[in-house]
Amino acid sequence: MTGQANAGRPNQLLRNLNAKIASIPMILTAVVIFLGGTVWTVVYSFTNSKLLPRLSFVGLDQYERLWAAPRWLVSIQNLAIYGVFSLIFSLVIGFLLAALMDQKIRFENTFRTIFLYPFALSFIVTGLVWQWVLNPEFGVQSVVRSLGWSSFTFDPLYNSNIVIYGILIAALWQGTGLVMCLMLAGLRGIDEDIWKAARVDGIPMWKTYLFIIIPMMRAVFITTLVIIASGIVKVYDLVVAQTSGGPGISSEVPAKYVYDYMFQAQNLGQGFAASTMMLITVAIIIVPWAYLEFGGRKRG
Amino acid sequence: MAEVVTLNNSSAKASTATKPVAGPRGKKPRPMLSPRNIMIYGALLFAAAYYLLPLYVMVVTSLKGMPEIRLGNIFSPPVEITFEPWVKAWATACTGLNCDGLSRGFWNSVRITIPSTVISIAIASVNGYALANWRFKGADLFFTILIVGAFIPYQVMIYPIVIVLREMGLYGSLTGLIIVHTIFGMPILTLLFRNYFTSLPEELFKAARVDGAGFWTIYFKIMLPMSLPIFVVAMILQVTGIWNDFLFGVVFTRPEYYPMTVQLNNIVNSVQGVKEYNVNMAATILTGAVPLIVYFVSGRLFVRGIAAGAVKG
Amino acid sequence: MNTNSVSVRDLSLSFGAVTVLETLNLDVKDGEFLVLLGSSGCGKSTLLNCIAGLLDVSDGQIFIKDKNVTWEEPKDRGIGMVFQSYALYPQMTVEGNLSFGLKVAKLSQAEIDKRVARAAEILQIQPLLKRKPSELSGGQRQRVAIGRALVRDVDVFLFDEPLSNLDAKLRSELRVEIKRLHQSLKNTMIYVTHDQIEALTLADRIAVMKSGVIQQLADPMTIYNFPENLFVAGFIGSPSMNFFRGEIKDRGGRKVVEINGVDFAMDAYPARGPLEAGRKVVLGVRPEHVKVDEPGAEIHDAVVDIEEPMGADNLLWLKLAGQTISVRIAGARRYAPGTAVKLSFDMSMASVFDAATENRI
Repeated sequence: MTGQANAGRPNQLLRNLNAKIASIPMILTAVVIFLGGTVWTVVYSFTNSKLLPRLSFVGLDQYERLWAAPRWLVSIQNLAIYGVFSLIFSLVIGFLLAALMDQKIRFENTFRTIFLYPFALSFIVTGLVWQWVLNPEFGVQSVVRSLGWSSFTFDPLYNSNIVIYGILIAALWQGTGLVMCLMLAGLRGIDEDIWKAARVDGIPMWKTYLFIIIPMMRAVFITTLVIIASGIVKVYDLVVAQTSGGPGISSEVPAKYVYDYMFQAQNLGQGFAASTMMLITVAIIIVPWAYLEFGGRKRG
Repeated sequence: MAEVVTLNNSSAKASTATKPVAGPRGKKPRPMLSPRNIMIYGALLFAAAYYLLPLYVMVVTSLKGMPEIRLGNIFSPPVEITFEPWVKAWATACTGLNCDGLSRGFWNSVRITIPSTVISIAIASVNGYALANWRFKGADLFFTILIVGAFIPYQVMIYPIVIVLREMGLYGSLTGLIIVHTIFGMPILTLLFRNYFTSLPEELFKAARVDGAGFWTIYFKIMLPMSLPIFVVAMILQVTGIWNDFLFGVVFTRPEYYPMTVQLNNIVNSVQGVKEYNVNMAATILTGAVPLIVYFVSGRLFVRGIAAGAVKG
Repeated sequence: MNTNSVSVRDLSLSFGAVTVLETLNLDVKDGEFLVLLGSSGCGKSTLLNCIAGLLDVSDGQIFIKDKNVTWEEPKDRGIGMVFQSYALYPQMTVEGNLSFGLKVAKLSQAEIDKRVARAAEILQIQPLLKRKPSELSGGQRQRVAIGRALVRDVDVFLFDEPLSNLDAKLRSELRVEIKRLHQSLKNTMIYVTHDQIEALTLADRIAVMKSGVIQQLADPMTIYNFPENLFVAGFIGSPSMNFFRGEIKDRGGRKVVEINGVDFAMDAYPARGPLEAGRKVVLGVRPEHVKVDEPGAEIHDAVVDIEEPMGADNLLWLKLAGQTISVRIAGARRYAPGTAVKLSFDMSMASVFDAATENRI
């Protein structure tokens, strides 16, 4: 049996040709839009582009201007407050609801449907509903006042100092259902025998949750955290619908800053610099997570 | 030789144990109204009320006339039910100079959502299948870029896309917006389909190859018929996601093509004229109706969809 | 005229830095039933996938029926394949599963019907043709999977652990059926398994694999009785062969193996070459080749630790100088734990390996 003439090794480029054709949209999206677009924006953030992008570099001018702009500083401050509270509250409320749902209750599906339906609604709808519920003239404030407590004040959307909390209430209403669902899936993924063992050992339920279950759900918590966090940075529609950034500039957020400078103020350079800052914020969240999640797994 | 031990003693003991003994016996009593249950159900009902309240307020407000709204409180049920706000919201509410109501936005959203959903799922499913079963050199690199890209804020990428679409003559058109939705739906959908196809037994794919089926035959004849649930999940994900989109609609389309969310926001937050809260709420419900219907109809699959959306790498 | 059905020449396969197969050679004769045997990760399934064309090789050649198929598509290699998980297309009926490949190959409907009918008859699955795989039992599913290979009308059948997902009873039933199939069809069959019983009962020849290398390729009795090296000796047989470290000594012209000061005469051992005195060796004796309480026993101080009666056989676990020895004796002979016994070895059936190279001498 000698190696007879072979039909020639197929061209490497033509191997799996169909798979490569099918992947063209993905390759274009990944390389041109995601990679190319990001690099493009970062590069142009160092230019003084106004109405149209121009490649005249001005160093860090745009960033200096950005960090000197009161509106940007308010945006960052709002994002920080909104971010911290929405992380804490959605994790706590989401976990508590999930723990309640996990007590072998009746009507579980009904409760789940109720907690999750806001997540199906858009931020615009969410924002408009809460704008109405929090309307001081007709909403919660007026209802409480009409009950006899005439000095009651609750008008977050019209008070610069607390407007961001008004937005937070709406955001939590919309998003905690999702967190609950993720947490519930995590709880259900825990071995029943753990509960049995804890019960036999006589450990009280709250202690079991705190010291056994929650540490076991580390992965779920981290995933949830990343999801909430990357959603926080993108918050835009909710603010537009609920307050349009007002009163004044008191509920501005970075995403809105970017949009306004790019498409309304026609100051592209500022928009690019602000969006690059958003990118950096996300990188600060994602990179350590990705390192822990994937870097660790390879070694393990 | 092994010794045989008789075990007769123990069986004799077992028969004596059936004699009744004082103390707890039978089913342990578990009252429905134990403090534990009151706490659990109390907390759940309170939470449920909080989540349902805005929906309730929306509905009752939309069924009241303006005079009643100005007098009463937002929680009281309508004294006199009127559907006029709904009609007005749908047919005659004004945005700027146009006064043909939300219906235009609704049909725009339909014209955006259907093709975007179909195209993005078609592309992502074939792509996920290629990644799962026909791995080629470099595929993983592009896929990684795609997934990392999903975390990049849209604001970073929208302007370059504006330029690309403008060069193609598609900026402002429905086609352009459909392309944008396809692009930004790609990471999550590709991940969804790749993971699903990877979870199918690989031997099935091998068997089909031995049977002589190629890339497209395996996709259409073997994979597709097995993947109906995941296609439904993807559909739910896309329909609700695209319908609810605001940013891309406002950036990439001209006002006559604005999707429903953008038009809704313009109607409600317009500064001109007297605020008609009942019309606003009717318009809000109308806009939320499509994803809500999808949600209530799909039930468990929706949960599965968002769990899949929760990036499981 | 060549009588080889499948030939593998210098086959290498590596994924990145990991080498799975290294310059492997294998010839499978026409009509032969060859079993690739090894524990998981030894490369046996990988080799089969290479032969099927489901994995690209890094180097080397594969011939089927004297045709170089190294770069051919699986469908063009003239093979049929049966998988561990059956891999039946769930949305198609049994008939659809059997005919799918034929339809892809654009055969005439008459030809398809004829082949499906024949396969169904051979495997006795005619009543199942209209059912979906989900309505079949495990054994029936595997029969359909074999049928799918059968309709292809090919020369070479590849089996990838086809019985591993079945319970013990079905496994032995289907094992017999596969053997019967081979006897009537006389096709070449390459069969991957980690189950040595399957290997010993089915194979014309067994290739024992470890770390991507074929350790021994021979008929089952040779593999069992004359293992080529320490690995094969330890891998085949249950319980495992007993091993004793020792040294070859010359006692006045007679060669012996000395173990813990006890001499075992090598006269009856079928040695391959000269046995040099002073060579460090490992003596291997199968449990059934240890004789208990027979005249001329060399070992006197073994003690019964555990007795496992199995009906036909009786398995004794003995303690000897800190080592455990397993012995198989007739089921009627019983020993209580703690009994002291005398042992001798049937040296004509023993195996002696070089302690350093671990190869048979």
